[in-house]
Order: sequence, then structure tokens, then C-alpha cells
Amino acid sequence: MPDHETLPDAPEYDAENPGAEVEYDDDDEPLDLSTDNNAKIIMLGSATDDDSCASFQFENEDHTLGNALRWIIMKNPQVEFCGYSIPHPSEPKMNMRIQTYGEITAKDALIQGLADLRDLCDVVTDKFVAEKERFSVGKQKS
Amino acid sequence: MPLTGLPLAVFVFTTTPARKKVSLCARACNSPHIHRHCTASTAAIFAMAPTKEELERRRIVGVEEERVSNVTSTDFPGHYPGEDHTWNLEEFRKKLKIQIHKANDLDYEFDLIGVDASIANAFRRILISEVPTLAIETVFVHNNTSIVQDEVLAQRLGLVPLRGDKKGFQHLRWLKKNPDEPAVEATDFNTIVMGLKVACTRNHATPATETDPEKLYFNSSVYARDIKFQPQGRQSDWFSGAGEIRPVNPDILLAKMRPGQEIDIEMHCVLGIGQDHAKFSPVATASYRLLPSIKIKQPITGEDAEKFINCFPKGVAEIQTDKKTGQKKAVIVNPRKDTVSREVLRHEELKGKVELGRIRDHFIFSIESTGMYHSDELFLQAVQILKKKCVDFHEKLLES
Repeated sequence: MPDHETLPDAPEYDAENPGAEVEYDDDDEPLDLSTDNNAKIIMLGSATDDDSCASFQFENEDHTLGNALRWIIMKNPQVEFCGYSIPHPSEPKMNMRIQTYGEITAKDALIQGLADLRDLCDVVTDKFVAEKERFSVGKQKS
Repeated sequence: MPLTGLPLAVFVFTTTPARKKVSLCARACNSPHIHRHCTASTAAIFAMAPTKEELERRRIVGVEEERVSNVTSTDFPGHYPGEDHTWNLEEFRKKLKIQIHKANDLDYEFDLIGVDASIANAFRRILISEVPTLAIETVFVHNNTSIVQDEVLAQRLGLVPLRGDKKGFQHLRWLKKNPDEPAVEATDFNTIVMGLKVACTRNHATPATETDPEKLYFNSSVYARDIKFQPQGRQSDWFSGAGEIRPVNPDILLAKMRPGQEIDIEMHCVLGIGQDHAKFSPVATASYRLLPSIKIKQPITGEDAEKFINCFPKGVAEIQTDKKTGQKKAVIVNPRKDTVSREVLRHEELKGKVELGRIRDHFIFSIESTGMYHSDELFLQAVQILKKKCVDFHEKLLES
């Protein structure tokens, strides 16, 4: 998601002189949409004193991340409970509750879950690219 | 009641034979289950692998006459005593299988085997609503004397899928991602300008008897191909030649006109996502279904076999003749073709002989692109978008 303050200003387009060479500060490098990080997350006030149980609120997220993250956090043996909900359909917010057995904090479990999900995505990409390769080679042979 | 020949009492063991009875939880929490946090010493007692039948049972989502059974995933630590379902990347890498079945540019079908529904569903949802594409967002009507009202025409134009040089799109940025953000000036980095200028005129060369409007008039139909790219600034470098921005399908009918009518429109296209408006969705459909599983519990022979194979679409089941006995028997050849219509469960003579289901972790994924990207690129993008979400939140949490 964009953060216009962090992006370089686009050079102004000179309407009267459309062919004019304008200096660009990006050295002709394609702009990378993925550099900006507008993720917003807060911890809700329902945490226990030792932080083993806590709720988090994700902004601009829905079932897409909610359910996937819930699944992978539940795969953590230190986690006793993990669930998510979308409190109101017209608010783009997703709440996630994590309760651990006490050896790690809920935030640790969440961080671990995000890292695991990221690794999962890499594996899926690798496998898909490899299979595409295999499929196109097989097609050429036949 | 006469008891002749029957034992006096019949003991039925209903417990799963694979499990042993064990003492209470080591932490004395009075639970008959061993808890994950009540570690090593007692867990060893339970370290028993589930039987083959049990694993098969967990793999299948049952489809019965009036209900679906065994729906929820249970592959979590602590769900089955003594079994370890902890997330393990290497294990996942071994288990995950992807098989491509159809690989056309715009129409892709592949099997995604070994992931949970929550992950497959995340990819599907991202494909539909979070992969950014270009679409007409603002329409400036200089002149429109056709019978299609301005707002209707603008709506039609918005839904026209566009394509162009894929590398060129990397230069583009959001004009404005959500409506709350302050308006940003339109530049060649965030806005593509397209023009549509057509006027309908009479063709005087046609004979008086001609009735076909396509011959009688010039430009009686306005098509998507009439939309012309007007490069701004450096856009002529990014999108040139074959990479020029244009409608994917040139034959989309936009409006019909008669002599004297005219359409003169300027359009601004921006990047957006399907969540904001369906016109930005890069796919016509992105969907999955689970691979059907059909199990024949008892041999189905003779007339019943004929009846049985007719319960399924062509190619799912077949009659084979046993070489030794010469008996005709129904066998399943390709469950993939099945629609799981449950027709087979309606026949009295087949009752109890067949079990329908779907394989829980075998997703038949199909992606139909609207044309801006190829379907396989879209899937890879979707995976990257899910990854970016994780990376971003991970970063934010480490900061805080």
C-alpha cells in the first residue's frame, strides 16, 4: 500500500513541451510497489499480566490473512488457543486472540506465525516454478 | 427371548484400538488427556503412530446423503494425544505437491496437494480481490449524443479489461489506494490516458435497398478497439509497440450509434484492486474444488454395476470383467471427473456399497485470467502478496 511521503516525487509533466527531456531521480529503475509498508497492528487491552494471552487488531485485513494466520499459529505447540474474528463487516479490521501455555508471549507466537507463513509462501513459489518448468519441458518433448 | 446358541454377553469395544489407556496428565490437572505442556516423560507413553485406516479417515471429507461429515481440519498439536502436528517447514516441503493439468495463458488448472484449506483459500481470495490491475477509473465526457447515457457508458468502459507491457506496469504507482487519502496529482506515474472519439456517418455508397446498419453507416457500432492510448510523459517508452496499452478483447461492443451521433470521451486509468471494484479484479474466476474420492466397499456386480456407472459422469466408473470368473464388476477409473452429485446414494440396491467423499488437502485450482497477466503469473503474484502481508506485519511487530 502506498505511502506517498516516502516515495520520490514524480517529475512534473510539461504540457507545453511534451517531448522535453526531464530528469528523473530514479535512475530508470522500475519503481517497486513492495517497498512501502503501511501495515497497522495494535495490541488490544485484554492481555494478561505476563502477556501470555493477548488480542491483536489488524487494520485493513480480512479472512484472507486471518484464517491462514490462525491456522499456522495453531500449529505451534506452545499455543493453547488462537482464533480470529471480524467484529463488524463494514470496518476493515480483523481481531486475533492468542493464548499460550505461558512459555512464550502471545506476541512471540504471532511473530513466529508470520515468519512461518512467509516461509510457507516461499516453498509454494519454489514448487510452482519448478512444476511450471517441468511441465513446459514435458510439453516440448511430446 | 431365546438365547440358543448365543453367548450371554457380547462385549463391544468402542475405543479406538490404536490408543492405550494411560494414567492422568503428569501435571495432575485431572485430565485424561496428556497436555502439550506436560512434556516428555508421559508423552512417551502415547507415542503411537496412528493406523493407516485412521490416517485415511482423516484425509477424507465425507459426503453423505443428507450431510457432509468430518469437515474440520484436526492437524494441530494437542488434538491427537502423542502425535506431533507442529509446523515443520521441511515436512511441508516434502508433502507439498503441485501438478499442472492445463496451462493456457489465460486458463490454468493445477492441483495443489498438501496444504490446508485456509492457505488455499487465502490464495484464491487474493487472486480475486488483491492483485492490482489497471482499469478505467474516471471518464470525462466531452460529447456524447449516443443513446447510451453518460453514466451507463462510463460504467461499461470501466469494465473493459486492459493490457499492456508487463514491465511497463512496474513503473506505475497507486494514484490513491483508499478514498480517505488526500487526492494526489495525476502524473505519468499513476495515470494512463485513453481517448475514444467516434462519430457515426451515413455511407452514401450503399444501394437504397440496403437494410444492414453495419453497411448503411460508418461507425454504427463502437467497439473496445476504438479506445486509443494517449501516452503521457515517459509512458511512450514504457508502453510502446506491442506493449501499448489497449483493451484485451478488441471486439467488446460499447455502444451503437446512428448518423449524427457522436462520442468524444477522455478516460483516465489507474491501478486498483478487486476489493475496491470488480473491474480491477485480474481474474474472471479463481476457484478450487476438492478431488472427489469414491470408495467401493463391497463388489458391485451384474446389473447393479450398470446402474452404478450410470450414476456418475462419463469416464468416472467403468465395468471390468474378471479374467478368472468372467464376472462383471464396477470399478472407479477417474474420480477427478466426478461432480459428487450423490446420485449413487439414492439407489436402494447400492446402499452401503459405496462411500463418497472428497480429499481434504487436494485442491484442484483453476485460474481464468481476464488478460492483463497470464494465469500462472497471477498465482505467483498472489503468493507474493500473502508473503508481503506477513513480512510487513512481522516488521511492524519487531519494531513495536
